[in-house]
Amino acid sequence: MKPDDKQIKWVKEPKLGLSGRMYLGPLLDGLATTARHMLSTARGDGMTCQFPEERPKFGNPLIYRGVHRLNKDEQGRVKCVACFLCATACPAHCIDIIGTQSPWEDREKYPQSFVIDELRCIYCGMCEEACPVDAIELTALFDLTGASREEMIFDKEKLLSVYDATIEQEPMRSRQGAGGQGHSAS
Amino acid sequence: MATITVDGQDIQIGDAERLNVIQAADRAGVAIPFYCWHPGLSVVASCRMCLVETGTKNKDTGEITMMPKLVPACQTPAKDGTVVVTNSEKVRANQNFVQEGILLDHPVDCPICDQAGECWLQDYYFNHGHQERRADVRPFTSKRREMGPHVTLFADRCVMCSRCVRFTREVSGGGELQIIDRGSHAEIDIFPGYPLDDKMSGNTNDICPVGALCSTDFLYEQRVWFMEPHDSVCTRCSTGCSVQFHVNNDQLYRIQPRYNPNVNDWWMCDLGRYENGHVRAPERIGSIKQRAADKFTDHLWPEGLKAIHEALAGVAAKSGGAKLAFVLSPYLTCEEAYLLASYARKTAPDTLLVLGKVPVVGQDEKFKSGFTVRAERCPNRRGVEEVIRHFQATIVDWAGLLTKLDAGELAGVYLTANYPDQWTDDAEAAKFERLSLLVVHDILPSALARKAHFIVPGAASVEKDGSYVNHAGLIQTGEWGIRPAEGGHVDGQSFSDLLGRKGLYQASGVLAELAGAVPFFARAADGVPEAGLNLVTGEEKRPRTTALGTVTHPLPTFRSIASEMLEVE
Ligand code: SF4
Ligand code: SF4
Ligand code: SF4
Ligand code: FES
Repeated sequence: MKPDDKQIKWVKEPKLGLSGRMYLGPLLDGLATTARHMLSTARGDGMTCQFPEERPKFGNPLIYRGVHRLNKDEQGRVKCVACFLCATACPAHCIDIIGTQSPWEDREKYPQSFVIDELRCIYCGMCEEACPVDAIELTALFDLTGASREEMIFDKEKLLSVYDATIEQEPMRSRQGAGGQGHSAS
Repeated sequence: MATITVDGQDIQIGDAERLNVIQAADRAGVAIPFYCWHPGLSVVASCRMCLVETGTKNKDTGEITMMPKLVPACQTPAKDGTVVVTNSEKVRANQNFVQEGILLDHPVDCPICDQAGECWLQDYYFNHGHQERRADVRPFTSKRREMGPHVTLFADRCVMCSRCVRFTREVSGGGELQIIDRGSHAEIDIFPGYPLDDKMSGNTNDICPVGALCSTDFLYEQRVWFMEPHDSVCTRCSTGCSVQFHVNNDQLYRIQPRYNPNVNDWWMCDLGRYENGHVRAPERIGSIKQRAADKFTDHLWPEGLKAIHEALAGVAAKSGGAKLAFVLSPYLTCEEAYLLASYARKTAPDTLLVLGKVPVVGQDEKFKSGFTVRAERCPNRRGVEEVIRHFQATIVDWAGLLTKLDAGELAGVYLTANYPDQWTDDAEAAKFERLSLLVVHDILPSALARKAHFIVPGAASVEKDGSYVNHAGLIQTGEWGIRPAEGGHVDGQSFSDLLGRKGLYQASGVLAELAGAVPFFARAADGVPEAGLNLVTGEEKRPRTTALGTVTHPLPTFRSIASEMLEVE
């Protein structure tokens, strides 16, 4: 895609007016938000909750960016095709993949090893964006803890187990097969 | 001088130059897309990607007559008065149609294709592609098949440019590849029972513009955009092909040829390309070791070298310099050989300098295009010889050394090796048994190293800077791509430390010094250009870098397209 491509829409920042430059408008906006939240807390439907006894509710867990999972295809095999696009997109360089020829007739390449350093990850979701087969997804699991650094380095088996643990609550975002949209990318 | 007009821009080309329109346009900074043409192969004009409008300009009247139809630029010679139009509607429409036609039954499996990132289809799609795919046809061909030990064919990705077929017929000469079936069922294949297994087979992977032919050894090892190229020289035989080491995270992943008309043109052999297991072999020697009885103990770096220096000086003092020999391996660079020889002569003025073992395997193997894999399997015999000749009137070779050992004429030997394969045996090693000091400087353990009093770790060619002189006297310089095996240092650093020089070893500085000291190397005083310098004839070709880059891939690569996008506001 070139910079003069018709599909690119270039957006300019709007110029600030006088009140904007004096921070007056935004300041009042902020105070209004605080006041609104005060009122709603007083009414009993608060913004905060008693974590961990009480679990927070998500508006839409499907767009929450928590722990990763590796999705499985219809036959229960890892959906990832080891294209390294997530590792390429990842700004934190925390995805480490070793690709190899797959043992299956209908698929060409698969990850022999797939490791994410969950401590290094910044939960930006770029990997999810980059994946051509929707194999990697960020789940709504947010309270990730571990007793050591090693424990927080998730390998393929662990990432697949996150899939098993979350697939009930969070269905896969797309039904794209490991072949992607093409017919024989496998 | 011939004048050619490309998109309204006049360019001059020399009378003796025989360029086609693609090359002429390249000089003007205009990229005409192409698949089937390759500067090293015959022209078939079959892909139709390069079609342009041409015409002739009347010298006297200045009137331009255009041809009614598009013609292939690869097949049209650039003559005086040729007018080329590459940016008209008609030309663009053709490029789009060709591109769309190829993509119709292409699997578009870029995510798992090894060529992604350096694929011509991808690159051209940016420039000439449609945004939408108007049809999606399942390829009629089979999928994956081995063509030979190093080459895997993904038939569905093939664009039928026939480059690989022409390569085996015109360059390597084996003619193993052919096109079977017709139309959209056509695919590349070998004749049953005759695999593509000659020593040049790996080149087909390079010239395939798409991911149809992939290197089996490199398959799925690494995505290309993670790797960094480092220009260097192949050290597997005395031809000394110009190569590029592709490395990432201190690992050597791939070796590819680099265009050099003085040596290898666009090619290299499979030996140099694939035989590099020694680089990260688990048994690599990593530290200075000293032997007491049968046990080796590790030394820290400065103390170890100091102990070796004292031992060498001790032998020279006790038995006399003439009984101390320094063996200069033909795997050393010129700079290293010079430093080690200087050190030898500093230890005692009459030490013996010996040219290390020159491995010879079979006969020179010459291919149809003239490309030769030499029997002499080392990169720098000539360079080391010239260095020795500077210090010593005669050259003592390996056989000469063994004779001297048998006659008991030597007391101490500092032996450099760095051979990528096993190069010696117990019988040979036994001859060194009587020495009071044997220092072996090598990358892999050997029968000889087990007998050594000291072992010094060496560096593989991908780990060091330095120059090599090939069989024809052409000196070429390589740069390091990865660091030496854990604990090791580059050879030049060890020798420079032994010499008592302070600071980091800089190959370029030593080369300038060498050029000043030894007349044979005088031409290299200001460094060595990309395509090398012939120190014997004093003449060599200088490939021109055109406005669009090299002649092999005149397109911006994946990386440069990306950075181009970043630069625009
Ligand atoms: S969420 Fe962002 S930082 Fe974390 S693995 Fe994905 S791309 Fe990398
Ligand atoms: S982008 Fe998706 S398919 Fe590609 S390696 Fe990452 S998880 Fe696997
Ligand atoms: S395999 Fe590659 S080089 Fe050979 S015809 Fe097909 S696309 Fe061309
Ligand atoms: S490059 Fe000219 S027709 Fe293929």
